[in-house]
Formats: sequence, C-alpha cells, structure tokens
Amino acid sequence: RSEHITPILAHHLLFIVLMGMPVEWLVKTMQARGLEVFTQSFTRTLPFPDENKERYMVRGTNIYGILRAPRAPRTEALVLSAPCSPDNSNNQAVGLLLGLAQYFRSQIYWAKDIIFLVNEHDLIGMQAWLEGYHHTNITGMDYTPLQGRAGSIQAALSLELSSDVITSLDLVLEGLNGQLPNLDLANLFHAFCQKIGVLCTIQGKLQRGDWDTAEGYTHAVQTMMLMVLKQASGRPWGDHGLFLRYHIEAASVRGINSFRQYKTDATTIGRLLEGMFRKLNNLLERLHQSYFFYLMPSLTHFVSIGYYMPAFGLLATILLLRALDLWVQLGTPAQVTEDGAGEVEPVSINNQGVLSVLTPVVISHLTGVALYTLPVLSQETAVEHFPVSETEAVVLTAIAIYTAGLALPHNTHRFISGEGTEQGWRVLKLVALLYLAVLLGCTALINFSLGFILAITLVPAAACVTPHMPKALTALAMVLLSPGCTLLYCVFIFQELQEAPVTLPEGWMLFLSVISQGILDHSLYGSLVYPLLALLIYPCWLLLWNILFWK
Amino acid sequence: SYLFIYLFYYITTKATQFFNSGHTNNWAVLVCTSRFWFNYRHVANVLSVYRSVKRLGIPDSHIVLMLADDMACNHRNPKPATVFSHKNMELNVYGDDVEVDYRGYEVTVENFLRVLTGRLPPSTPRSKRLLSDDRSNILIYLTGHGGNGFLKFQDSEEISNVELADAFEQMWQKRRYNELLFIIDTCQGASMYERFYSPNIMALASSQVGEDSLSHQPDLAIGVHLMDRYTFYLLEFLEDIHPASQANMNDLFKVCPKSQCVSTPGHRTDLFLRDPRSVLITDFFGSVRKVEITREAVNLTSAAEQPVEATKEPKSEPLSYVDQLPVAEIIHQKPKQKDWHPPDGFILGLWTLILLVFFKTYGIKHLKHIF
Repeated sequence: RSEHITPILAHHLLFIVLMGMPVEWLVKTMQARGLEVFTQSFTRTLPFPDENKERYMVRGTNIYGILRAPRAPRTEALVLSAPCSPDNSNNQAVGLLLGLAQYFRSQIYWAKDIIFLVNEHDLIGMQAWLEGYHHTNITGMDYTPLQGRAGSIQAALSLELSSDVITSLDLVLEGLNGQLPNLDLANLFHAFCQKIGVLCTIQGKLQRGDWDTAEGYTHAVQTMMLMVLKQASGRPWGDHGLFLRYHIEAASVRGINSFRQYKTDATTIGRLLEGMFRKLNNLLERLHQSYFFYLMPSLTHFVSIGYYMPAFGLLATILLLRALDLWVQLGTPAQVTEDGAGEVEPVSINNQGVLSVLTPVVISHLTGVALYTLPVLSQETAVEHFPVSETEAVVLTAIAIYTAGLALPHNTHRFISGEGTEQGWRVLKLVALLYLAVLLGCTALINFSLGFILAITLVPAAACVTPHMPKALTALAMVLLSPGCTLLYCVFIFQELQEAPVTLPEGWMLFLSVISQGILDHSLYGSLVYPLLALLIYPCWLLLWNILFWK
Repeated sequence: SYLFIYLFYYITTKATQFFNSGHTNNWAVLVCTSRFWFNYRHVANVLSVYRSVKRLGIPDSHIVLMLADDMACNHRNPKPATVFSHKNMELNVYGDDVEVDYRGYEVTVENFLRVLTGRLPPSTPRSKRLLSDDRSNILIYLTGHGGNGFLKFQDSEEISNVELADAFEQMWQKRRYNELLFIIDTCQGASMYERFYSPNIMALASSQVGEDSLSHQPDLAIGVHLMDRYTFYLLEFLEDIHPASQANMNDLFKVCPKSQCVSTPGHRTDLFLRDPRSVLITDFFGSVRKVEITREAVNLTSAAEQPVEATKEPKSEPLSYVDQLPVAEIIHQKPKQKDWHPPDGFILGLWTLILLVFFKTYGIKHLKHIF
C-alpha cells in the first residue's frame, strides 16, 4: 500500500509553492481526485488589529472536498483539515492531504464520508466553516452558506506540517475553553506512532523512560504543568479546538523538524494517518468510552478527574470553613453587659450591614463591567489622544481600569451614610467568600486548570484578609495575588517550562499580547476566560480589597 | 462351528450398535448473537459450523441459521460478499448457497426460545421453524459474548443458563428431541450448561467459568479477527469427518486442548444415556441415513401366532403417559448438593448458653444498662 502513496505525494508536494491561497487550483485538483468540491467565503472585522498575526479585516475562502463512502448512507463523516496560511508554512500538510484524498478514493471500505478541508486564516476560517456546517452563528461572522454537506461529523484531525521530513509528531489536545477530546483519540495516536515507529511527543516534550528517578518525575510534572497552563488560557491551541464545542472529538497533529538524525518522510505520516482514519471508520458510535477530563504528564500516562478534583475540593473547603466561621461569629452577638440591649442591637446591625454590603458589591461589579466593555469601546478616543496603536490602546486601557479599581475603597466610603461597622465587614467577607467559592467551583467544573490556578492565588487572600492586618504589607500581598499578577506569573512560568525563558521587559510585552489575545479570542471564538476574569473574578477580588480597607 | 458362532455374535453386536442411537432425522440450530463489525469472528464461527453441517448432509430445510448482523455486505468489509475464516482469505465460508433464516434484529432471545420450544405464531414460515420430533437429534451451536451464567444477544439483552435449561426441559416434555448436542463458544461458556437437568443432553463449551475464550488470528487486510480459537480447531477437526466416518464423541472432546486454545474446553455427559464412546460425530453433525442390507427374506406371517400368548399375560395397571416411556425408569439424577448448614437447634442452643453465662456472671440488674 505504501508504494502507491509515494508517487502521489511527490507529485503534489512539488506543486504547492504558490503564493496565497490557490483557490482555483485546489478546486481543480480535488475535483480531479474524484471528490465533491465546494467553497465557502467569509469576512470578519476584528474589534482591533491583531498584532501577532497582523490582521484586522479578514477575508478568506475555505475549500473542502467530500469523499463519499461507496456503499454507506451519508449519515456520518470524518474530517481531515489542513490550515492554509498566507506564508506557505503549511503547504506540506495540504500536499499530504491531497495525496491521502487520492489514495482514500480508491478504497471501498469507507463507511463514513470523509471531508478534506483546507481552511484559510486558520481559526477564523475554521470557525466560519463550522458555523456554516452546523447552521449556527455564535460569533457574528459573515459567511456564505455551505453548499455541500456530509452528515454528522464523528471525529476530526487537523494537520500542520511545515517540512517534508520530520523528526517527531506532536499531538495537541487543548481546545477552546479548556475542553479536551476523548482520551481514546490520544491513545489511538500513540498506538499508531508505536506501530509505525514514529517518534511522538506531547507539549513538545519527549517522554522519558525513568519514572522512578527525581529527574523523570520533574520532567513529567513540567509536561503536566504545560498542559495545565495551556488549558487555563482557554484558547484553542490548534485548529481542532473549535470542533470540541460541537461534541466532535478532534486533535491536531503537528510535525516537528528538529536536529535529529532519524527523519520520517511524508509517506510514513500518510500511513499513520491512514491507519487512524481506518480505525475511526470502524467506529460505530461517537468516542465516549474513555475520559473527557484528564491531564497528561506524558503520552502514556494520564491523571483522571477523580484524582485531581479532590485537590481543588480541599481548596474550596477552606473558603467554606472560613465562611462557616464568620456565620457563627455573626450569629452569636457580642456579649453585652445588659441583656436587653444585646438582644435589640443585632437586628438593626444586620439591616445596616446588608445595606453597607450592597454598595461595594454593586460598585465592584460596575468596575468589572467597565473593565469588560471600555477597552474595546474607547480605543478610538485613546488613539486620538495618545501616540499608541489600537491594540496597545486597548490593552493599556484595560490595565488602567484594573489599577483604578485599587483606588476604589477610598471613594466607596463616601457613598455610605453611616460608618462601616465591625459586623459590616464580616457580612461583606461572608458574601465574598461564598461568591468566590461558587465561582471557583463552577469554573473548575468547566475548566479545571483555570479554576485551580485562580484558587491557588485567591483562596489564601480571601481566607486571611481582615481590616485589622497591617495595611501596607497586606495591600502588597493582595496585589501580588490578584488575577492580573497571576496572569503575569503564568506567562513567565509558561516561558520557563517551554525552555525559552524571557527577561522582564520581554515578559511584560508578552503579558500585554496575552491580554489582547484574550480579548480577541472572546470576540472571535467565544472564549470565556476574559469575561470570567473581568466580570466575575475581578469584582470578587475588589470586594476583598474593600474588606482590607474597611473603616 | 466356532467361526460360525463368532460371526453370529459379531453380527448381532454390530446390529445392536447399528440401532443404538435411535434417531431418524437430524436438525441444527446455529446462532450468532452479536452484531457490529468487530464481531466478525462470531459470524465466521457460525458459518463454518453451518458449512460442515451442510457438507455432512443436513439440508437447509433442517437447519435454522440465525445471524445477528450482516458481515458480508457490511460497508466496512473490504471484500464484499465474503466472510473468511482463515487469514490470507483461504476459505470463504459465505458461499453462494448460504440460507439465513433469522437475520439482523430478528435474532432475539424471544425468537430463539420460540424456535426451540416450537411456540411460534401460525404465520411463521417453515424455514423459521424447528419441526423436530421425538426421533430427532438436534445440534445447537451458540456463539457470541457471554459471561458467568448468561449469553448476550445483540448488545441489548441476555439469555441466562436457567432459561436455557428450562427451554430444553420444555423440549423434552414435548418430546421435541431424541438427543441434543449443545456446543457454545463464548467466554465462560461452561456456565451455560451447568443448569441443564433434562435427559439426553451432551454439552461442550470452549472455556470454563472464569476463563475467556480467545480469538484466533486477525487478517491484516480485513482488519478484524476472523475466527475464535475453539471453533477454528473444531472446523479443522470437522473437515476430516465424512459421512461414513466412525469418529466418536471422545475425539470431539479432545478438540482444542489448552495448549492451542489457551482456555480449557469443557464438556458434560452425565445427562446423556449412551456412552460418549459409542456416539458417532455424524449422529449430530451429519444426516446419515441408516441402511440395512439384508440377503434373507423377512417372514411377516409368523406374527399371527403372538396374540395367543398376549392374552395369557396378566392385566397390568394403567400407566401414565410419562411412565410408559422407558427413559423415565432409567433416569438417575444426582441429588442436588445443598450447602451444609449447622442444624437450627444447635444454633439456638448455643445462643441460649451464651445468654445464660452472661446473666450468671453479671447478674440481672445489669440489664438496665443495656436498655
């Protein structure tokens, strides 16, 4: 079988040296292979220019060819996609895709239709295609409806190959909002890598054989921490990430060409993909037998939700215990000399306590809303008055609003009629603790890594803060434990784990670009990290800040 | 004269052996209970036994073939219209003349039990009925996924060993079989014949309780396992059997020893009246017509003298239907092993003793501390 693939692939790889997206050529080639070819065009204007990928008004075309199963009804489909980038960095993948299309066409054992998709502008094109395929419009994209359809998609693979020989294949699993495909897909990839003899990695790190030694263990922890950080960021780390929202198990396979002696050629990759597709073809149901929530320290080991969730549960228990303690303190009134006076006071204190609590809560949430909406809305006015680009304007406005929130407690107290009381801050802290516990719990259920990272920094702050602590020191500690600084640490740790450590100024620039990417991900693909942090976590942290400065 | 006596003795023993089995027709009920492409091997199992049974003479009208899924025309089959049992596609057991009686979703526990007991609606065609009588030898072959005491049908229901035993007892009481050979190739297959209690049943299974039956070999072009080990070696054994073969059941018990099968095949013969050594393979797997060639004239008129003797016999008391049949007198069943309990009185006495000692030592007034 492999003898057939080589001449087909060589033929294709030679042809793809064209600039931009050769739409007509791709359509013609796919039709010549016997596929049913359709195109879809889409346009999208980003809220502000994306400096990483250098695009602002995006206009593109997706091309997909459907290989119909020879004997089966058209009820199920598999997708093989390769993003076509304007700088020709993924041309080998497109060539491999076309070669596989020709080979697959001559087989009769396909029970599902196979869609070969070449999408432009990677994630934006993929989002347009998926929205068109499933007749939804979640993100406000403008696209032409799809002319051809193939049934419900059971699984998808996305291919990224930048050179015709590789030394290893990297598997990317993390998707939008930290969603992961079924673990069976990762096991399938690993099984075929073993069988065909290709080196395969996850997070770009090679697996070590020595699990018992300290170095082996540290290596595994580093790999797992990389996965945690990538999952917490909530962005899709490959084109596959957008499929997961539609309950389609998908993964990205990335070819890496490093300085090793043993190189694998495209034919072997083709055989690996063919094997994976044949296995997926034999499936009778969607992948559901294995875990959906896991962390992988290596390709052969995983930590399931049953193991890592109790760790988070213990952190949440701290908050609940502290809240219980406060509830008890609030419930037993202070021992007064006269019993009569002691009974009358709690009633009025509670009423006043509730009112004085409501004001900081409302103001904190309004600040959160400002942090969510103002950066994007006010970029034009910012650009007029300051010599910065739009992206910088957005990011700097966000940071400005964030730090402006630190000044709030001094201003809030002007709105409160009476003085804040001892009971008042306790009530506020009780509300803040319960709010934080619910928030972190819900976040951890959906995206465990994000919930856990936020819990590590916020739970100590929330549990310990009282107005009676030394203000300057505690204020510094609170700022260091705030969500913004947590993001900064994560950026540095991420770079450190990738073995590409950055200096402080570089890290700061990276931090700014991370914020802008977060805002863009939210408006382009519906990522929930930025709204969560701005609208819910940040106001919660502001409540704690208010407690610290309670008078 | 000694030679004459010896020959006479030899002929009579051959004659008694000749009429030993007592069956006049053969039936086969072959069932594959699992569907889905990766259970290809179960369909191949059943089709191999079908092939052997047909080759040895049982016609399609006497075979009830139940296949739960269609492998030959499955979309995933790279060689459509074939079902192979040997790798490298040596043997296609789905030939041109396979007649499937129950197909696809018709293979259910209810239909299987109705076929066995004969309780089918009047509209059922003849090809779907087991029209056996009390002189039929029936071969029942089951394969699929099973466990301790059950066999899974179609991924949605199960038949238990108790149900199967009761179905066979119904068959016995309605005299729907003379002798029954039950073969099962599933994981923990021996559990399925543990509960049989009707006479004249011989059972074989591919594995004991707690063991899994393993599949034989995958074919790399088709991509699935083609056969299970037990049936693979059974097929090899049956390929050597021809209609005149004198191989007996003891040879069948030796098929697929542990070295080849990895699991331990089991068999059960305590309910069977005849000695397995004297049971031919073709009694169940083939449809061998017994032909007696005689060179002498048979005298039919001498029967007229017998009624004179019959009237001299004393009147015997009327027997019930069941008692008239000879088997009812002969059958001995082992008494069921009950688990041993200590006698009830002993336990009562023990507790009384404990209570007496307690109250003697501590006195009655301590009762108030308990209540």
